[in-house]
Amino acid sequence: MAREVISTGNELAALGAFDAGCMFFGGYPITPSSEVMHEMSDMLPTVGGKFIQMEDEIAGISVALGASMAGTKAMTATSGPGISLKSEQIGLGFIAEVPLVIINVMRGGPSTGLPTRVSQADIGQAQYPTHGDYASITLCAGSLEECYTQTVRGFNLAERYMTPVFVLLDETVGHMHGKAVLPDLEDVKASIVNRKRFDGKPEDYRPYDVPMNEAAVLNPMFEGYRFHFTGLHHGPTGFPTEDAAQCQFNIERLVGKINAVALENDGLDDEADYEEFMMDDEPEVILIAYGSISRGAKEAVMKLRNDGIKAGLFRPITIWPSPEKKLKEIGDKYKKIFVTELNMGQYLKEIERVTGRRDFSTLHKANGRPIAPLEMVAKVKEMF
Amino acid sequence: MAFNYDQYLRVDKMPTLWCWGCGDGVILKSVIRAIDKMGWDMDKVCVVSGIGCSGRFSSYINCNTVHTTHGRTIAYATGIKLTRPDAHVIVVAGDGDGLAIGGNHTIHGCRRNIDLNFILINNFIYGLTNSQISPTTPQGMWCVSAQNGNIDPTFDACKLAMGAGASFVARETMLDPKKLEKVLVKGFSHKGFSFFDIMSNCHINLGRKNKMQSAMENLEWIDSITTPLKKWEALSPEEQMNKFPTGVLREVEQAEYTELYDMVIEAAQGKRAKITQDDFAKKI
Repeated sequence: MAREVISTGNELAALGAFDAGCMFFGGYPITPSSEVMHEMSDMLPTVGGKFIQMEDEIAGISVALGASMAGTKAMTATSGPGISLKSEQIGLGFIAEVPLVIINVMRGGPSTGLPTRVSQADIGQAQYPTHGDYASITLCAGSLEECYTQTVRGFNLAERYMTPVFVLLDETVGHMHGKAVLPDLEDVKASIVNRKRFDGKPEDYRPYDVPMNEAAVLNPMFEGYRFHFTGLHHGPTGFPTEDAAQCQFNIERLVGKINAVALENDGLDDEADYEEFMMDDEPEVILIAYGSISRGAKEAVMKLRNDGIKAGLFRPITIWPSPEKKLKEIGDKYKKIFVTELNMGQYLKEIERVTGRRDFSTLHKANGRPIAPLEMVAKVKEMF
Repeated sequence: MAFNYDQYLRVDKMPTLWCWGCGDGVILKSVIRAIDKMGWDMDKVCVVSGIGCSGRFSSYINCNTVHTTHGRTIAYATGIKLTRPDAHVIVVAGDGDGLAIGGNHTIHGCRRNIDLNFILINNFIYGLTNSQISPTTPQGMWCVSAQNGNIDPTFDACKLAMGAGASFVARETMLDPKKLEKVLVKGFSHKGFSFFDIMSNCHINLGRKNKMQSAMENLEWIDSITTPLKKWEALSPEEQMNKFPTGVLREVEQAEYTELYDMVIEAAQGKRAKITQDDFAKKI
């Protein structure tokens, strides 16, 4: 049975993690994400899970990666400055293929920026949070429900693709308080993905000896399958190597196991990578928005329709890898497209790349304020 | 019968990458003998290392091993130990790793008194990267990053560990592997954060430009700056300033973190009252 709750986005992200089987949280306080941590400290010990507030952001993610290496599902939550500090460890997560969910409740930047105000300016950071080559999985919640469901999905993707996964909230969604209808708990439990295990003889265990575009098979520690985690390039059993062919293969596999697989299968899983709102009656103009401002964009669509302009909204949920096929289709089909974001055009670049077009109408804000539906309406009307 | 190291080593990874005459190998062998004395099942042992020459320690020992980023060993190890309190976790870091870039984690690992065995291989230099000053490089020595001589004051790692609250603190050198093994066994048996400052040589990158070109000269210098705690206590303050006391410097019983966390679980599950100040003898 679906569950009706009254809660906030941050609290629902924590509940999603809890229901997804997260048994470890490591973190450090930061506005506007701290409530995720507060909830985890309360919930985890009720089921024997572990929570620890560490001495800094770097330790906050390191401790969670350590827990995941040991074999448990783990999470950290932070905001932009925290991601900047954690970025080297995220790289270790990528190369050593350690599943982890990283919640980023986005606030204004750069640096300390606008700590209590909304932003969507960490979209680019989520794609390339650290040095080197890799592919990132990034999900973006646009509603209270999605704070829950995308966090659950984040855990499932992390375990399936053996990689850190970003779940982006923004300050507005994170602190929004209201009713949410969550999926049936049994359905959530039935959807849970656990990382693959090797059950053969320990001497035959080669965790990183997997074909191109597949994820490593990492058994929990302390169960007789000894191997080596390292941030160095490594061979089949995890030990450092500088072999040119192996290093090239490693990177192609790290990128391919996410980007090539998503492109080939048109998505990372069976869940929706995007929402199409009022798009089934041949709209004259398409708005593209994600996260909290997609809510205002929906209102703008309705106002435009009231004013006689048939508008629709395309809302990406999976930000990275982007839903390329669909974006291309939209770019090919609709002449008038309006893109709005709470940054200076970070996702616009991706839309331009995929569609090959540069003629979009745009509205970008980076002052910590949301974009009002009427501002969007006025801008869209300029196209007519 | 000679001790058989092979059962504890990843023999296919030999020889080590360490320089000829490096103390890291002596420390590795001492750690192995201490593990053997403890009778630990290697499937239940985890060795976590950081970056630097000491970072390779985890590659060579045959158990669950993690080679982490620079300075973050204790944080990763804390996650592993909290997840599996039944595991034996050994952390190996260098003086740059554990006292400079990772100093914050060292402080807080000690403070939490989580049951980790933290081995600081202290060779007074960034050896792997060609001789830059570390927090333990003596003032006046020459390093590639202090070409006119080092002016940075040095760190007493054990004083830091004691000040931060580690319940077991010991200092030894690799000059006496038997003694080192005994102290390691003592610390491994201790419940709580065990901090070992193990002084070692780097005649290649510390010694070469500081009149200790050979391993022996470097070791003689280490011998000259250390003295057993009892003897050290009898020295005048002026003499004490230029000697590091060795042996077990602190060994106290103190609540261990994963056990304290069990209280949190019991409180959360309603099996006991919420934790209050009354649960602790020390109130401030």
